[in-house]
Amino acid sequence: MARLLFFGKLADLAGGRSHEIELSEDVGSVADLIIALSAKDAALGEAVSHASVKFAVNEKIAPAATAINNTDEIAFLPPVSGG
Amino acid sequence: MIRLADRKFEPVAELTKFEKANIGAGAIVSFVGKVRGEADGKKVKALHLDHYPGVTEQSINDIAQQASARWAIDDALIIHRTGEVLAGEPIVLVCVASAHRRPAFEAADFLMDYLKTEALFWKKERLEGQERWIEPREDDYNDAARWRKE
Repeated sequence: MARLLFFGKLADLAGGRSHEIELSEDVGSVADLIIALSAKDAALGEAVSHASVKFAVNEKIAPAATAINNTDEIAFLPPVSGG
Repeated sequence: MIRLADRKFEPVAELTKFEKANIGAGAIVSFVGKVRGEADGKKVKALHLDHYPGVTEQSINDIAQQASARWAIDDALIIHRTGEVLAGEPIVLVCVASAHRRPAFEAADFLMDYLKTEALFWKKERLEGQERWIEPREDDYNDAARWRKE
């Protein structure tokens, strides 16, 4: 199982911080995962597709092309806010 | 040193400890950021700070290392709150020690600008009867960009 983490407003959209999911065989990268998420939840898919959202794979900031598998932790990070 | 605090901390007590640990420094600059009591004419009850444990610390560490590489500073302390921070409470403390005042002032200013734009925190404002995630502000990006112009 892969662990997906959502932060800030993305956690509200995703219905919580952490979600364990089984990645299907056609999900080989973060970009693929976003497509899969969009198919399940259009609003969440649109939010994580935004250019300002960064990704982390196993606690390292990573581009969308990064390969992922079912042992990975994939985090979706919206832009940080000044406050 | 970098510390995330999940409950209220005492900036003055922390500054005193920092001064004692840097007794030979000629200059110590400190900055305390607090939760404002008002936003857009509305009363603010609290700010909720979301963070990514481990990764947020790393993002702050990167910022501190950039400051150390750029200015001749002896020591830096960053304490940042997480979780629920009530209006009027401290949210961040930055202390910098150096031989002379200029590097201490500049490094503290830089650290705050970068903490606002690069450190992994997501802030939700709790107003009376309303909650909202704070979006990034143009002013904060402009402040941080000042350090890249030279």
